[in-house]
Amino acid sequence: MAERADAVTCWPGRIAAALVAVLVLGTLLAVALRAEAGRGLGPAEWSAIRFTLLQATLSALISAGLAIPVARALARRRFFGRRLLITLLGAPFILPVIVAVMGLIAVFGRSGLVNVVLRWLGWPEVSVYGLHGVVLAHVFFNLPLATRLILQGWQDIPAERFRLAAQLGFGPRDVFRTLERPMLARVLPGAAAVIFAICLSSFAVALTLGGGPKATTVELAIYQAFRFDFDLGRAALLACVQIVLVGMAAVLALRLSGRDSFGAGMDRALRRWDAETRALRIVDTLWIALAALFLVLPIALVLLDGLPGLAQLPLSVWRAAGVSLIVALGSTALMLCLALPICLAAASGRGRLEAVGLLGIAASPLVIGTGLFIVIYPIADPFRLAFPVTAVVNAVMALPFALRIMVPPVRDVVQGYGRLSATLNLRGVPWVRIVLLPRIRGSLGFACGLTAAMSMGDLGVIALFADPETATLPLQMYRLMGAYRIEAAAGAAVLLLALSFGLFWLFDKGGRGHADA
Amino acid sequence: MLTLEGISIVQGDFRLSADFSVEDSTRVAVIGPSGAGKSTLLSLIAGFLEPVAGRVLWNDEDITATAPGARPAAMLFQDNNLFPHLSAAQNVGLGLRPDLRLSGEDTRRVEEALARVGLAGYGARKPSALSGGQQSRVALARVLVQDRPLVLLDEPFSALGPALKAEMLDLLAELLDETGATLLMVSHDPEDARRVAQRTILVADGAALAPQDTAPLLDNPPPALKAYLG
Repeated sequence: MAERADAVTCWPGRIAAALVAVLVLGTLLAVALRAEAGRGLGPAEWSAIRFTLLQATLSALISAGLAIPVARALARRRFFGRRLLITLLGAPFILPVIVAVMGLIAVFGRSGLVNVVLRWLGWPEVSVYGLHGVVLAHVFFNLPLATRLILQGWQDIPAERFRLAAQLGFGPRDVFRTLERPMLARVLPGAAAVIFAICLSSFAVALTLGGGPKATTVELAIYQAFRFDFDLGRAALLACVQIVLVGMAAVLALRLSGRDSFGAGMDRALRRWDAETRALRIVDTLWIALAALFLVLPIALVLLDGLPGLAQLPLSVWRAAGVSLIVALGSTALMLCLALPICLAAASGRGRLEAVGLLGIAASPLVIGTGLFIVIYPIADPFRLAFPVTAVVNAVMALPFALRIMVPPVRDVVQGYGRLSATLNLRGVPWVRIVLLPRIRGSLGFACGLTAAMSMGDLGVIALFADPETATLPLQMYRLMGAYRIEAAAGAAVLLLALSFGLFWLFDKGGRGHADA
Repeated sequence: MLTLEGISIVQGDFRLSADFSVEDSTRVAVIGPSGAGKSTLLSLIAGFLEPVAGRVLWNDEDITATAPGARPAAMLFQDNNLFPHLSAAQNVGLGLRPDLRLSGEDTRRVEEALARVGLAGYGARKPSALSGGQQSRVALARVLVQDRPLVLLDEPFSALGPALKAEMLDLLAELLDETGATLLMVSHDPEDARRVAQRTILVADGAALAPQDTAPLLDNPPPALKAYLG
């Protein structure tokens, strides 16, 4: 017996999902057809695969491992600024990779703070390039994510359990054994798997801190085959390798996690009777301070170095900033055109369409880029399409996050007001304008903010497509760094940071304004 | 006249049959044990579900396949009858123009309807700034401007206290007397039925029975109703 679909039509959602599927799977097909499988994998390719797996494994283990004490400290301490710190843990999500890399170089680079101290102590210096650097940057980005995931696990343990534990006179070790270890056993594998999957597709970090035969990821190898040798066959072969790697990791991550990472209620601190000893208090304080320092110091140094140079930025940087703004806004608009119809279709019970939207998680931007290049190359000059292609790829990459944010509220609106709207004959565009958009404003703004900021800071597919005259702001910044124009690069970093977070703030704020009932 | 002709509804294990007519300008209560299918019956008439067999007729015209918004019915639900982000006047205006492009004449009618339910001057308020009773009045004002010959109520006043609910039912009866519309009203309270409905449809044991006079039915309930009333 068919329940009539209320105010919602599903065909636009089907079309949007089909477009995404064609883009992701079509480019896969193009890549597979072009790949020269007969040539097989040479030593360079195997080395890239080994390095990719090694750095992703190390990044996942270190991020998750360090996140345990940090999350534990955040879970059982209440202090001024705790809420701010937890919010800050979400910031790396929209932090441009190239800016973070610059900050890490300022801390860990040859003339960075750490090496200054080490030299003064007479100890050997550390290098920020190669495997160390890649893993360091990945930990910088993923330690906050892991901390949030694990903190959520801690907060999911009911407060009554800790009360009971206190009543039974449990010490920290007993609490760990009976309450915390089972929780960690449940949460840690998922968190590590997600980070492993994220690090597999790492491109911008490998581009800036890796390189060379010993520290090349598969994504970076695709780029090099493309840009340096213009060997499409090899790029396509590598892209196939990348698809297999990411596909397997994505399946693994989904198996092991399946939990929502945008969990609410993170600002509750439990009273923990077992942890009220001076020693534990000092340990927790140290962990929180170290984590905060690790996350804040690089960005603070970028700001410190860049602010003076902001006034005399070269024209090329301003032009690139303009381009990036247009690309980011275009990407956001595209994301909405895809996400809204898919949300509506998913909300009226077509969950499979939502799954299509999630393809962006498994897809790698460089693979899509390679595929698009192969498809476009015979018809038009791909380099002239650099910006539209970047906007499209960014929109598809942001789509899974946008859907995750927007599907639940859209479903609430359809379920709560679908019938009322239907009896009032309120359908189609007027329904979207009068009912849907005002009701989902908050999530809409949040999703747009994320998309715009991610696109603003993206240094991925644009590196494949751009010719020397054109650049987005992150690419221009990368070029300035490569040319050792450090002052201009630092200024560009501040501008990029301001634009990314500014866009996010504007959209998010726009969604929150006029709070209604 | 509303006619349900050989209707059969199936949802998993749940079955409901109905075969009767409702005279114009009558007020009918729909009572019966919970889960018997009172709301399902209204959903069928409003057009939210299709029967596996039978036809829904309005004045001998087949409306079984007509979309909810194109049916001669205005409906109020248990909750979510107002859009919280729209003002009272806009909520009422939706009954006239779904796209809210109201003409001067439309705006005047909205104000009139609000005045008729005792909310003159409240048009600019959002539902959150109104009491529960006032929110119900706004919904009734919208039913008034919708001006449909059939009004379906799926317990929209169940969250109100007894006095307020009685007040709403009296106001509703008054409005219906003016417009001459037919009312079908789900209720789990026999007193509601006595208060406003001349006729009552009993829904029990997989069937919706033809409307009967309310007072005799409630005074001498058949076994199924007796078990429910206690």
